[in-house]
Amino acid sequence: MNATSLQPLIFWLLLLVGIAAPLLFPDYSNQLAVLWLMVIFALTWDILGGQMGYNSLGNIFFFGAGMYIAAVVQIGLFYDVGMYTSAGRTTHIVFTHAQYFTGFVLGLAAAGIGSALLALIIGWIVFGLRGPYFAIGTLGVAVAAAELMASWEWVGAASGISLPVFPGEPEFQKLFFYLLLFALAFVLLVFLRWLYATNFGLAVNAIRDDEEKAEAMGLHTRRYKRTALVIAAFFLGIAGAMFGNMIGFIEPRDIAFPTTTFNIFMVLMVLLGGKGTLWGPVVGAVIFHVIKEVTWTYFLGWQFIALGLLIVIIVVYFQQGVVGWLMERYPERFGIRVAPKEKEEPTVRMEIHLAPHSEGAE
Amino acid sequence: MDQIISNISILKAAPIFNLGLLIDGLLIGSIFALAAYGLALVWGVMNVKNLAQGDFIMIGGYLTWNLSRLGVEPLLGVPIAFVTLWCIGWIIYRAVVSKVIARDLFTSLLATFGIAIVIQQSLNLAFGPDTQSANADLPTWQFANGLITVTSTRLIGFVCAAILATTVILFMKNSRIGQAIRATAQDARAARVLGIDTEKVYAFTFSLNAAICGATGALVAMVWNVQPFMGTTYSIRLFVVVTAAGFGNLPGVIAAGFGMGVFEQFGGFILGAQYQQALIVLLLLIVLTVRQLQQLRERQAVQ
Repeated sequence: MNATSLQPLIFWLLLLVGIAAPLLFPDYSNQLAVLWLMVIFALTWDILGGQMGYNSLGNIFFFGAGMYIAAVVQIGLFYDVGMYTSAGRTTHIVFTHAQYFTGFVLGLAAAGIGSALLALIIGWIVFGLRGPYFAIGTLGVAVAAAELMASWEWVGAASGISLPVFPGEPEFQKLFFYLLLFALAFVLLVFLRWLYATNFGLAVNAIRDDEEKAEAMGLHTRRYKRTALVIAAFFLGIAGAMFGNMIGFIEPRDIAFPTTTFNIFMVLMVLLGGKGTLWGPVVGAVIFHVIKEVTWTYFLGWQFIALGLLIVIIVVYFQQGVVGWLMERYPERFGIRVAPKEKEEPTVRMEIHLAPHSEGAE
Repeated sequence: MDQIISNISILKAAPIFNLGLLIDGLLIGSIFALAAYGLALVWGVMNVKNLAQGDFIMIGGYLTWNLSRLGVEPLLGVPIAFVTLWCIGWIIYRAVVSKVIARDLFTSLLATFGIAIVIQQSLNLAFGPDTQSANADLPTWQFANGLITVTSTRLIGFVCAAILATTVILFMKNSRIGQAIRATAQDARAARVLGIDTEKVYAFTFSLNAAICGATGALVAMVWNVQPFMGTTYSIRLFVVVTAAGFGNLPGVIAAGFGMGVFEQFGGFILGAQYQQALIVLLLLIVLTVRQLQQLRERQAVQ
């Protein structure tokens, strides 16, 4: 029995736990919804950061973009957006059931597609950059977006937009958004499991290992890089739209483009769980979120100092992550053959990297 | 938009204003050039991109501000901040940077980002989020019927920055350890073969950089103001300066530092102060895109 043959079982178990959790702990359904959001963050970051070796510090851009696109679509279908944002603080605007749900569905779709389109454009700009330039460039994109949105009156500038209010019981609303975020995380996980096993996964890993060589072998590296970014952006955009509707109010600096919180959590969770593995980001997100929710309130103003120290400690001492460490410790369980033994069927489908990977090219 | 056009027309109508902005930009640019030299030094020698650079500056600034509150002359803050930051830099090198130096660049980037967050938040807890400034009570000179004002603190800042930069450059050129640093930057392995203790060189370089930042911070507190979260803006500025010039190119770094100061003065005047941060980030994106286009021309990638 090893981890590879356990995988289908784990997926079913996860589905069961995910659906049962809010029914068992209804008081915590919001925190649990955020947990799945964290899983989405970690998984989408790992597509580029772990599997492709492109460490982005600006993935939050697509999250915020999705949020704003969805808000504009949801409101713009029925009202004038500029009027809505300027009137929003004085009058209460009510959406009917039908208006809300058509707006919501179209908003989610527009957020996913719009973010993916933005990824095409951004990818054209940033993918010529390598290594740390890529990290700083993407961070610049996210910060620039936050500053731009904060000065754009049409979408409410720095004071933000209130989204349409959910027509229904608060209890039902919580469950509704929980299930949406869970479904998105689950679909993403299943999708990535399939994706990493295809030629696309291999190509992306080849780019991580040696981009020049991959190029020399005839891979269209730019095309693969752009596709990877589009996939990440699509899911992040939808997640942003869902999260924006869940909290009902969006604002550029702290909710839509939080470069020093969610943005950095993504990287931390992946490093904590194990970069470049399918389950690492999930494990990292769960550990990080649980620890954060339990301890955050005890720090009283020291949270961010603790966060900074945590970044330093994880980066310096524990970069292979939980799953990476387990693989190093018990390689047989993960279907990795350590020494040449008797002939077996080559059943290994996972691409695994044990040593911390270093970027030669700059 | 109207605001921008009217600001531009002011610049056209009174050309003497341009001169005033230019002088201010150059005086402030000297401070950027100094700190950017430190960043370029660490980048070139250790291949570490220090994202906590701006936050080292803020520590130096807060130190000077506290000293001035105690009645110490702010100018004395420059040497005090230099020495204190030297020690802090050495501790940070030993505790964190020495452990990530051999790893890939993203690791050191993240580690210094973590340090930056710790410094920002600690300053915020200790001194609160308000902007502070160490007033030196020095005269202001006016020229051309008051259209050009030169505050003497800015001039002193400029002179101090020039003296510091010259000292450091001469030190790097002539002293034994300076030669060792340059040798390590050229080829760390060869330097080790020839008997240079590269570990010591790295520790020295990082501490020197922190010390330069500390002195810069003291000047910033005198000339401008300090605030816990301003460090990030400085880091981005310095990154822009060094990326635009290339880290091996010392005259380029200094020129780009002056350019940054002038650009910011004019940009701030034309667009208004609230766009300052957006302007710097925009400049970063432009510089990175231009660099990328240059690289594209050199590489022949499969499209």
